[in-house]
Parts: sequence; structure tokens; C-alpha cells
Amino acid sequence: MSADQEQRTIRCLVAKVGLDGHDRGAHVISRAFRDAGFEVIYSGLHRAPEEIVQATVQEDVDVLGISILSGAHDTLVPDIIEGLKSYDAFDDTLVLVGGIIPDDDEAELKELGVAEVFGPGASMEQMIAYVRENVPERE
Amino acid sequence: MSGLIDDLLAGKHRALARVISNIEDRRPGYRELVSELHQHTGSADVIGVTGSPGSGKSTLVDKMAATYRERGLTVGIIAIDPSSPFTGGAILGDRIRMGSNIGDMDVFVRSMSARGSLGGLSTATTDAVKALDAFGKDKIIIETVGAGQNEIDIVKTADTVMVLVPPGSGDDVQMLKAGILEIGDIFVVNKADRKGANRTVQQLREMLEYNRGGIPESGGHHGAGAMEQVDGLQLEAETETDRWRAEIVETVAKTGEGVDELLDVLESHASHIERSGEREEHVRARYAEEIRTLVREDVNELLAEELTVRGGMDAYVEAVVERETDPYAVSDELIEPLAECVRTQRESREQQ
Repeated sequence: MSADQEQRTIRCLVAKVGLDGHDRGAHVISRAFRDAGFEVIYSGLHRAPEEIVQATVQEDVDVLGISILSGAHDTLVPDIIEGLKSYDAFDDTLVLVGGIIPDDDEAELKELGVAEVFGPGASMEQMIAYVRENVPERE
Repeated sequence: MSGLIDDLLAGKHRALARVISNIEDRRPGYRELVSELHQHTGSADVIGVTGSPGSGKSTLVDKMAATYRERGLTVGIIAIDPSSPFTGGAILGDRIRMGSNIGDMDVFVRSMSARGSLGGLSTATTDAVKALDAFGKDKIIIETVGAGQNEIDIVKTADTVMVLVPPGSGDDVQMLKAGILEIGDIFVVNKADRKGANRTVQQLREMLEYNRGGIPESGGHHGAGAMEQVDGLQLEAETETDRWRAEIVETVAKTGEGVDELLDVLESHASHIERSGEREEHVRARYAEEIRTLVREDVNELLAEELTVRGGMDAYVEAVVERETDPYAVSDELIEPLAECVRTQRESREQQ
């Protein structure tokens, strides 16, 4: 029946991956996303790439935000993207990376399929607007 | 859309996840999806878990899932957290505590928020349970904070209801009086390694006795020796077998202590309701409730549409404030065409 009201809510997974204990940023972003009306699933610290893949697939999130400050993005991010592909979950998930990422690496990550990289100084408004504009269309 | 169902039945996790999203978002076509799912349901055991914030629900559910996996069973988990009534946003943190099943896709964890209107959450949860059931999960666990009627309603849809009680505060046991004591089939005193656990078990046992209309035995149980009996936690076995007597189990979710025993008690409850016919009864009551809720929501939405077309709520409120009309009259006015139509159709059916 057409009377059903669709209730689309943007779902995000904020993920801390690898041996990196700096979660202040991930917390602040989770709160900001929540206040923007998103549903935020927070992974907790020290997650393995396969754990992030599992959560992304099962939770069917629109956005996967990976926070990495350890410098290990070159190994961890490709692992996650490969995992997503193996479950057909890559194409309709917006993958974002936040943290300290050198410019050269940023280009590489984007080539792999990361939609955007947010470094120090990126504002909440900017990130929320980006998510709203780029959230994948689903049927 | 039904390609999605085929994929789900074929065991594709992504399809299961997407079906649940469609259900949650009420995307066009979700009703047909749930209708199709219904044919494939009815084989899973559904366990509802509730308890106050911080009682260790997520940690315990995580350990339960791991133990079920050791027993060769597959598990689906729906973890429900509240959402902000202002922005609709939510932080769903139950996954943080669920680290025992990394990389094991046969434990399917889904976080849901209490979005939408009253009744909406229980509908979405019931439908999501159907998706997990149709997917072939053996055990489905619904986890939610026991904070209100809404949550209690959700948990009540489960075959077995588990209530977590943290030790050490009499107030928590007091809280149980408000409706939760009646719905619990199994009471779990989690964090049983903490001080005060024995006392909490004792208080619980007394309250359960009162609840049955019995008078709790005094004396005997208070002795230090009472807790040393191996199955001293089970309430006195009664010879009457037709009624389940709520059991109390002690666990330490963090270390997994007592989880095996808990699953055994869950198993015995499952076979009890099977034997006594309670499951059958419960299933029927659940479907009745589901139909009632759906009818209520559908009529509600239809009339909300009508209300908008007729100038919106504000205009009606204004008229009521001005004493030009009253809420009953407004309701009558809105429902009249629907009632008229239903009556006419009924009469024409009866004449045939």
C-alpha cells in the first residue's frame, strides 16, 4: 500500500582499525553524525579489518568511516576494501578515511576506491555535508 | 525485489542485510518482501534479552553466541538502542562488546535504533526476526534495554524471555516489579563475581515466590551454605510440570562463566514450551498481536493522509481550541467515510 511512509535514515559505521588507541576523533565524529540525525554504529578500538568488513556487511551501512592515526592505512584499508568486494558490499558503500594521511598515500587510497580522505582541520559541517551529498542511492 | 529473497534464501549475507534495511526504512515493496519471507519462517528459537543499562547484556549475548557456535548452531542477533527523539540520530554501541565472533559470518549481528513512531519498532523487529528465521538461523536473540513499554513489547514477542539483573543494588530488583518480573522466564544475575550477587539471587527468589502467590521460605536459604549447592539456583522443583517456574542463573559474561549452564536452562525452557503446548499458544497470540498492530498502523496512516488532505492537524486543533468542535467529533468526521465503506461492503456481502 502506498500509505507506507518511507523512513530513510543514513547509517554509518565509524571504525577504528589496527593498533591505534586514539579514539577521541572517532568519538567526536560519532557524536556529530548522531546529532546530524544519522544512525552511527561505533566499532570500538583495535578492530581487525575482517571485523570491520563483517560489521559493514551485516549492518548494511551507507557510509564506512575508517579512522586511522597509526600510519598503517596502506595495509589496512586495502584489506577492508578487498573484504567488502568479496561480499558484494563495496559498490554501494561510501568509504571514507580520516586521520593523518600523506598526500601520496591519499591518491593511492582514492585509486583503491576510497571516496574521500579527511585530514586534520576538516570541519564537521564539511564532512556531514559530504556524506549527505554522496550517500549512495539504493533501491 | 524477489531476487533479493532468492539471494537471502541461498544464504547471501548481503541480501539478508539489505532485506533488513528495506524493512527498517519501509522502502516501497517491503511489505511484499515480508509476505514472501513468512512462508520460510517458523524454525528458529527466539530469545529476548532485557535488563537495565550496564547490566552486561551485549557482553553476555556475545558469549552466548560464541557458545552456540561451539554447539554447531547459527545465531542471529538484533541489538536495539534508543535514538534521539530530537534528531532521530543514534549511536549504536552494542557491537563494541561483541568481539568473540570475529570473522564468523554465521553470527549475524544487526544494530537497530528505536526510530519512528510507537509500534513501529516492534513491527520492524518482528519483521527482521522473520528475515533471520527465513535465512535459517537456529537461534535469534533480541537484545534491548528494558526501559519502557515499547521495549517490553518487543521482548515479549520472543519464545523465551531472559531478564538480566546486576548484583549489588536492591533498587534494580525493585525496578523489576514494574512489569518485568512477570515476563521473565529466566533471570540472569550477571557479574556474579561481584559483591552482593548472593543477596540479589536471594531477593529475586523471594520476589518470584511472592509473584506466584506463595510465601517465601525464610531462614534456610539465607545461610552461607545455600549458595554452595550445585543446582541450588534452581527454584524448588515442583511436581506439577505444566507451568514453567522462572529460573535464576548466575553468570560472569566477561569470562563466560555460567554461559553453558544458561544455554542448558534456555534449552529446557524451549523443550518445556514445546511439550506443554505453550509455544503453539504463544505463536498464535503473537500473530494475533501482529495483525492488530498492522491494522492499527495501516488505518492510522490512511487517516493521517486524509487529515492532511482536509487541511491538516493544525486547522483541526485551532477549531477545537476555539470550541467550534471537539476531538471526538473530529475523529468521527475523519473515520466516517471509512466506516461507511466497510459497512456497505459488509452488507452487500451478507445479501449475496
